[in-house]
Amino acid sequence: MAFLELKNITKRFNKFVAVEDFNLNVEKGEFVSFLGPSGCGKTTTLRMIAGFETATEGNIYINGEDVVRRPPNQRNIGMVFQSYALFPNMTVADNIGFGLKVAKKTSAEIKARVDETLKLIHMSEFRSRYPYQMSGGQQQRVALARALAIKPQVLLLDEPLSALDAKIRVELRNEIRSIQRELGITTIYVTHDQEEALSLSDWVVVMNTGHIEQIGTPFEIYNFPTTPFVASFVGTLNIIYVDVVDPTQGVLSLEGQEIFANKTVRKPALDKVRIALRPEIIKLSVSDETANELKGIVDSIAFLGAIVRMRVKIGLTKFSVDLFNNPDLKLPKEGEQISVYFSRDACLVLQD
Amino acid sequence: MKKTKIWSWIWIFLGGLYFFVPLYATLRFSLMMKKDVLSFMAYEQVIKDPKFLEAFTFSAEMALLTIVVSLILVVPTAYWVHLRLPKLKPFMEFITMLPFVIPAIVLVFGMIRTYSKPPLLLVSSPALLVAAYVVLALPYMYRSVDVGLRAIDVRALTEAAQSLGAGWPRILFQVIFPNLRSALLGGTFLTFAIVIGELTIANSLAWKALGPYMTTLAGMKAYEPAALAVMSFALTWGSIAILQFLGKGRGGAAPENMAGMH
Repeated sequence: MAFLELKNITKRFNKFVAVEDFNLNVEKGEFVSFLGPSGCGKTTTLRMIAGFETATEGNIYINGEDVVRRPPNQRNIGMVFQSYALFPNMTVADNIGFGLKVAKKTSAEIKARVDETLKLIHMSEFRSRYPYQMSGGQQQRVALARALAIKPQVLLLDEPLSALDAKIRVELRNEIRSIQRELGITTIYVTHDQEEALSLSDWVVVMNTGHIEQIGTPFEIYNFPTTPFVASFVGTLNIIYVDVVDPTQGVLSLEGQEIFANKTVRKPALDKVRIALRPEIIKLSVSDETANELKGIVDSIAFLGAIVRMRVKIGLTKFSVDLFNNPDLKLPKEGEQISVYFSRDACLVLQD
Repeated sequence: MKKTKIWSWIWIFLGGLYFFVPLYATLRFSLMMKKDVLSFMAYEQVIKDPKFLEAFTFSAEMALLTIVVSLILVVPTAYWVHLRLPKLKPFMEFITMLPFVIPAIVLVFGMIRTYSKPPLLLVSSPALLVAAYVVLALPYMYRSVDVGLRAIDVRALTEAAQSLGAGWPRILFQVIFPNLRSALLGGTFLTFAIVIGELTIANSLAWKALGPYMTTLAGMKAYEPAALAVMSFALTWGSIAILQFLGKGRGGAAPENMAGMH
């Protein structure tokens, strides 16, 4: 049995189904992210693990025990909120020591644990400050320390970085991951930011309308999406309508130019089908003789810092091509005719 | 722009006159008991009167009881509405505004009719007076607490405390209440100020409270009622000053958030 197991979890609010038939196994020490758009049920699922919502159906096992009917204050779960939720009337040390006080630890034990946790988040000199005397990033680090101080069985983080600015977000996300690895604590992280989910997690659970769309490693989720939703939600994606030429051989056509997809297509010849292509997988030079080649016209070029995004037009179809920026990069001019290349395996046919 | 500023000052000045002139006149009149000399004689007379002390003590006791009952009734209710029943907020606002719409005289006659015959023979009990005062103070107490609760993230704080193992008493007394300090003080002082000078209900229920005492005095004497009015003002302003002082710094919503409801 997995350390954290969610079995056939369903949550209904009157007639609205927020989460349906959710199944997940998380091993001890794993970092799992729930990724999805607003209203997909990711926070509701997290709140059911915490005990703030009760599952309408199903079971939640932590370390072999069914906790679904147990109140939140008896689950030994650490929770970090988007709004930090530090107690404004308490100092940093009192906030971190709150859970230990509740657990009736001695003042020596509390002090030692508070010191240890403050050291972990590199904020030992902040112990006497009040929440209003700290920045958002510092407050969230204290919130993390407070959740960790009680040595919880599972750590839950509900969009903890959403309220912070971009630079702090990246710094803190790396810190969260390194602390999680150091302590080996089983962690569930809710986010709608794919970069966060992909960079932090051992496993990513992509959710949509209360259902799991796909569970996989970040690499699998990004490179091998199994549903059209995952393909479109994770990363930037070109969705291109093409004509089916030979369904058994996976031959397609865009404005008369053939595309080979290395896969059989479920639709008959002459029907339209959608293909998905990552912008960064399309190249300006050929590296493989079997690669697909499309001729088009450069519609626009946008400089985005680390990458240069080029829009290429073929007939009425436009798609993006991302090139890594470097000082030697030779870019075509807008309106110039060019050839672009992509491997047959990179061409994902959306079978819907 | 300049013209507007001049007009603003003129209106502020006129408003000030409207407010301060009667107050100054009352104060000056209260000091004129001794012929041709300004003195505190009227104040001395008031304080010396054993009936004053009796009425003041009674009103103060009623005010304290009203505060205790109001706090017990309003704080958990407002907290629960914020936490679990946010859809009820407009309904609660409507209910708590009713004492503004229903005159005190209507309320007290309703109470006398309902509670003057068995089995609910409560008309001679101070409990009925406290109950009426709780209703009267409801808009002030509820609004104060509501403003305080709006200023903190009640749900996140409650859930954070729960996830750390805390039960309801600890959540309320160590997390929620300390962050409502200013709001609770605001409601408390406003309730005190209302009850201490209340006339209609105390008079109708025949209690020897401060309000009826002042009215009786006004019918019999000249300078003492003026002195009492000034003392009453000083008491209210003193309460507000204490509230402003205690509300500084940490502890939830600042009292100025509540100033709009006076």
